[in-house]
Amino acid sequence: MAKVIVNDVEVEADPKDNCILAARKAGVEIPHYCWHESLSVVASCRMCLVEVGEKKPDGTIAWGPKLVPGCQTPIKEGTVIRTDSAKVKTTQQMTLELLLLNHPLDCSICDQAGECYLQDYTYKYGKAQSRLDEPKLQRMDKYHIGEQIALFTDRCVMCTRCVRFTREISGTAELQVVARGSHEEIDVFPDVPCDNKLAGNVVDLCPVGALCSKDFLYKKRVWWLKHAESVCTGCSTGCSIHIDQNEDKVYRLRPRENPLAQGHFMCDEGRFGFKYIHDERRLTRPKLSDAVSGAANRKSHATTTAGSGDLSFADPWTDVLEVARRKIKDAVKSDARGFVAVLSPFMTVEEAYLLASFLKGLDKRVRLVLGPVPMVGSDDKYPKGPKGESPAEDKVRFTIRAEKCPNRLGVEAVLRHFEGQITGLEQMMAGANATSWFLVGGNSEGWVTESIDRAVGQPGLLIVQDIFPSPLSERADILLPSGSFAEREGTYVNHSGLAQAVQAAVRCPGDARADGRILLELAERKGLFNAMAIRKEVGNAIPSLVALTEGDLGEHGVKIGGVAREPIHS
Amino acid sequence: MSTETKKVKTVKWGEEPKLGWKEAMYLPAIASGLMTALKHAFSGKTTTRQYPDVEPVIPANYRGVHRLNRDEAGRVKCVACYMCQTACPANCIEIIAAPAPKDDPHWKDRDKFPETFTIDELRCIYCGMCEEACPVDAIELTSVYDLTGMSRQEMIFDKEKLLSVFDETVNSGRDPIRTNRGALGPASEEASTAKQGPPPPGRGRHG
Repeated sequence: MAKVIVNDVEVEADPKDNCILAARKAGVEIPHYCWHESLSVVASCRMCLVEVGEKKPDGTIAWGPKLVPGCQTPIKEGTVIRTDSAKVKTTQQMTLELLLLNHPLDCSICDQAGECYLQDYTYKYGKAQSRLDEPKLQRMDKYHIGEQIALFTDRCVMCTRCVRFTREISGTAELQVVARGSHEEIDVFPDVPCDNKLAGNVVDLCPVGALCSKDFLYKKRVWWLKHAESVCTGCSTGCSIHIDQNEDKVYRLRPRENPLAQGHFMCDEGRFGFKYIHDERRLTRPKLSDAVSGAANRKSHATTTAGSGDLSFADPWTDVLEVARRKIKDAVKSDARGFVAVLSPFMTVEEAYLLASFLKGLDKRVRLVLGPVPMVGSDDKYPKGPKGESPAEDKVRFTIRAEKCPNRLGVEAVLRHFEGQITGLEQMMAGANATSWFLVGGNSEGWVTESIDRAVGQPGLLIVQDIFPSPLSERADILLPSGSFAEREGTYVNHSGLAQAVQAAVRCPGDARADGRILLELAERKGLFNAMAIRKEVGNAIPSLVALTEGDLGEHGVKIGGVAREPIHS
Repeated sequence: MSTETKKVKTVKWGEEPKLGWKEAMYLPAIASGLMTALKHAFSGKTTTRQYPDVEPVIPANYRGVHRLNRDEAGRVKCVACYMCQTACPANCIEIIAAPAPKDDPHWKDRDKFPETFTIDELRCIYCGMCEEACPVDAIELTSVYDLTGMSRQEMIFDKEKLLSVFDETVNSGRDPIRTNRGALGPASEEASTAKQGPPPPGRGRHG
């Protein structure tokens, strides 16, 4: 550790830090555009110019003759940083005036307005007027940058974060700076658009409104969006994300910095892959088939016909859950070994625990199996080489994993605790001899293959809890419409055993309910579903998930040691 | 501590006037009130307004029905920045923005425009925050005051209706005076120092 003095405040900083990071530790912000923690340093925007000196052993400070860029200047023991002197402030004002020289100031129609560093820094460090008398340079917008990316050229401050990203993180190097001087612009080669699988990140990286996401373009002003901290369910990397929503509609996902999970970025599959949660085909109403609807259903019919038309305010869940509970108990009583519950790897740890503990509490012989784990291709590693080849193992900076589900490890830990072993659905289908099925889905796309459909057949009792219709949901005795990832609360365990908390961002469509709530009520537990409380309970009950006893997993989540190595409890 | 004492000093506490026996009788007050009424009754000046046969002259700063202004090319001037919707305390404005049709030469200098622009005139409290917030003077409150409708649906004005209010009022010679129709108002610091005209609406690229 090195002692650094920032504006008279002494702090301990890592000798590898630059001035910006050291100042951040002292609670001082050094404004910057081009510098980004995970990209190389170019020191081109000149926004982070600060006074730097060195404290001599006799107490005097030897100041540098000129201002230096804070991003490029490493610190050492006794470095003195000054960010609030008149000299620094004047320089910041002049830098901003220069950056804004040809900026169109079209904040009113710019998507970045509200989260724009030009706005923020001008407000904090800039000045109100420009002294430019000449007409501003006008440049054409470029909608050809990428399938998902538009470039509003005249808003650009030439920080080249996007260029460095495509060179250093994605390795695809589509973007570059063309022309020189005040005519320089970001562009792509003709017919080589920036369409790599990480391309969406350049929009987040852009500190101004130059690179915009075509998907989000003009959809919502950012100050209307409310953010929930969640985890991407696109693959088992489990990128930390923000879900940005307004009035129960999710508008975009943004990566949330998490050094334990993925770093600063996320892939486009995850970023734009959330649309299914607003699909019209979503199951929205719990249903009992005619076969199982006994007295309860007749009662609910009575309530609906009593009112006028379809206006029924009766909760459709009350009857359904009551019947489901009774049917499950009857089925377990008559043939416990024939009762098979399928737990989806899209369930949170809490949900898996609730279902498993409920069924195992009825009878130990109930079988629990792991639902199909979607695998697509092989792990996709970045940065790519010049010919698109994968990098060496120690050079990998981002991985899109082949396992396209968020929580296989978490559900497996629960299964291993309750069942002693992990059986995949495909493995046990042949010799299932099941009389009753409880199938939980929640996958982002249809998971009921023909073979699963055939293996399930026409059992005595078929309960399906899913978000999309499938052949099974069509003929289910009891259909429980559940929630997508944005509607759930709980814990996901990623490929490396990192347990991260997810927050519910929106409400479920129609009468659908998040899985946790369904299962809590099905298990006749008291109170409302509270992920934190259940998480603590899981931590206490399952030795391999003892890390969850914390309850609050924090911003970055906690590692659960040895998920795979846990001794099997029978 | 010092600020607290300061506060005590600056606040003037009003004392309730004490009622004497004369005031406590209320008779002089009743008499003077009756006198005022009688004076007006026999003064010979009638002040009854013959509305609706004679329409009153509404002050120019009256805040009535909204209008959406058109620019020189006849397009809706609004750039769909959502400032009015953000400022609106009654939540009566709803805008859906869309990219301007780039292939259409009529729209080629615009990036964003309001696909729909709806104001619920029943929910509106006519505070004028929307026109104050508007960076391009696209929304204005006219002095049209006699707004009626037969249904609630009728009183939800869409973009076409709001533009038609503009078309009807633009030549009436009674433009709203709060906004300056494209020129910055005297409240702006820039107005006195700016050499060239105010920034053009929209992206400012092509004027």
